[in-house]
Amino acid sequence: MKFITIDKKNWAKGIEKSRETYRLFGPVKDKNGFFIRDLEKDMLPDMTCNDSVMSVKSVLFPQTEKILFASLNEAKEDHHIMKRVPFDPKQRAVVGIKPYDAKAVELVKMNFDTDDYRDPYWCDAYEATTFVGVGINKPGPFDFSTSTGTGPFSETGLDVLMADLDDAYLAKILTDKGDAFMKSCGFDKVADEKESLALFDILRKEAEKNISSHIDSSKLKDKTVLELHEAPFWDDIAFSCINCGTCTFVCPTCWCFDIQDEAKQKYASRFRNWDTCMSPLFTKHATGHNPRDSKTQRVRQRFMHKLKYFIDKYDQGIMCVGCGRCVKSCPVNIDIREVCKIMNSYVKSN
Amino acid sequence: MDTCIQKIREIAFQLLDKKEVERVIGFSNGTIPMATSPITIASKQDTEKLVFNSTCGLNLANYIRQQKGKIAVIAKGCDTRNIVTHIIENQVKRDQIYIIGVPCKGMINKSKIKALFEDEIIKFDEDGEILNVESSSKKEKLNKKDYLRHNCSLCQHRNPVIYDVLAGERVEEQIIDVPYPDVEKIAAMDADTRWGHFQDLTKNCIRCYACRNACPLCYCPTCFVDESGPQWVGKGQDKTDVNTFHFLRAFHCAGRCTDCGACVEACPMEINVRDFTRKLNKDSLDMFGWEAGLDLTKRPPLDAYSPDDPNHFIK
Repeated sequence: MKFITIDKKNWAKGIEKSRETYRLFGPVKDKNGFFIRDLEKDMLPDMTCNDSVMSVKSVLFPQTEKILFASLNEAKEDHHIMKRVPFDPKQRAVVGIKPYDAKAVELVKMNFDTDDYRDPYWCDAYEATTFVGVGINKPGPFDFSTSTGTGPFSETGLDVLMADLDDAYLAKILTDKGDAFMKSCGFDKVADEKESLALFDILRKEAEKNISSHIDSSKLKDKTVLELHEAPFWDDIAFSCINCGTCTFVCPTCWCFDIQDEAKQKYASRFRNWDTCMSPLFTKHATGHNPRDSKTQRVRQRFMHKLKYFIDKYDQGIMCVGCGRCVKSCPVNIDIREVCKIMNSYVKSN
Repeated sequence: MDTCIQKIREIAFQLLDKKEVERVIGFSNGTIPMATSPITIASKQDTEKLVFNSTCGLNLANYIRQQKGKIAVIAKGCDTRNIVTHIIENQVKRDQIYIIGVPCKGMINKSKIKALFEDEIIKFDEDGEILNVESSSKKEKLNKKDYLRHNCSLCQHRNPVIYDVLAGERVEEQIIDVPYPDVEKIAAMDADTRWGHFQDLTKNCIRCYACRNACPLCYCPTCFVDESGPQWVGKGQDKTDVNTFHFLRAFHCAGRCTDCGACVEACPMEINVRDFTRKLNKDSLDMFGWEAGLDLTKRPPLDAYSPDDPNHFIK
């Protein structure tokens, strides 16, 4: 295992140097908090970010992505033939993301990259991207990531995991991609492996100790889908919901999308946009039939997908990384931790 | 306002006990600091769950449509104005709704309080006019009046305008000499600056529609942005489409908006959605002497013909 020490005085210069090879993404402070954005020239990832309003999801899966286009000019031979928007092959690096967001990328991958199907847009972006994470020394009160198979110093999904040591970063190189990124920055001061391992261990334990929020999802797997689906608590959970898309949009693991075609004069574009199961339009059929016509059905869909269907389909835990964004952003304070508790402890009464 | 909660619970208990209403809609405590959540209560034992404080910024008039049987609702001044609007617009019948009116001294601006802290708030309580707020790194004692939401600081209808019972003493109404300072400020900008202001306002909009869905006025069975045949507006993040949503929604609320602030309260991006609606409220006042939701017997200005209409084209 290779560790590298980066003096913070050299940080900006190194990140700048990496631009020769990489298109950079990272936390940027805006009006109401941090966002993970494309870092334009002279912008550095804001490493003071403790958590971001929006997750890293959009780097691989933008809220609106033009995927195909066609000419509608019938004089042209290839008119009406959809073609893929050329993919920018330049390597990308997301710098300064949190471990739970990297774990979320791995969960989303299960949907976009399967044995049967490979989503070219997501997968190409994924393969071109290096994930440089930074451990969370002081997790906030909404972070329940240790209950979801990740944690403040989890390595899942990352190519590099850095620890913030005030005046320096200690970087643990986890993959060849991570090694290549560090080299492109010119960061090459190797740190002692044994000491570094011990230091990471201390930081991880300290950070995990500070996590005050926990959930128990252990019983969900053995429950039957229909019993949970038909449980009596959904109307109560859904009552306050206004069916906005906030929870699904801020969620790093919500992957549903909708396809839209737009045409202007003789040019047609096909877009994919984030969709949200909270919307009455979600999976509405062309016949007019709506499989989830009521608010309760939609709210149930979100939680059943995250906390039951996903477990049943993949057997890889729940579809939630414990970032707490939905808990913080929900306008009516529907709290996935509470819903998980209700579902996990539910026993059908006869 | 904390004293009125006992009264609210008593009233709710009596109503359910005597089966005068089937359910009571109010607020319950949230799971995180500075949060409360709308709740519906059908059993008198559950009335203990009801709370009312300065974090109840959503508008419960949004929850009373399409309810079966008679229901009671806890309503601040602005909520009652939206109930009036609902009745005028035939969304509810007056005799279906038992209104537990709450004279209100304003709701707090949560974003402004959060901005005082670098880390997350872990504790919040209010003691009369004092707010005690705490994060892991510091504690603050704040005067509530300095942290009111902007709409509450300019509110001239703190007392319920329609009610079956009041859960507290009436409060003194504020006298506001300049009711639309924000609109005047934007109106004074030159065209480019003003356009820039609105461009910047919607910059982070993610089109979650929390503003629309928290708004009691937005009850169209299918909103124009959701219409697909024909489709009126693109559904992506194109700036023109995002702005079209905000502009059209605001116009659809013209002469109906009570400035309750639920849209701003709900927005996860802290967009001051009221910058769109307030100009139309001001126009309604200036041109028609109209404030929405004050009178059950009057039609809203855009819904009525009047020979006194200030616009010439209509005469």
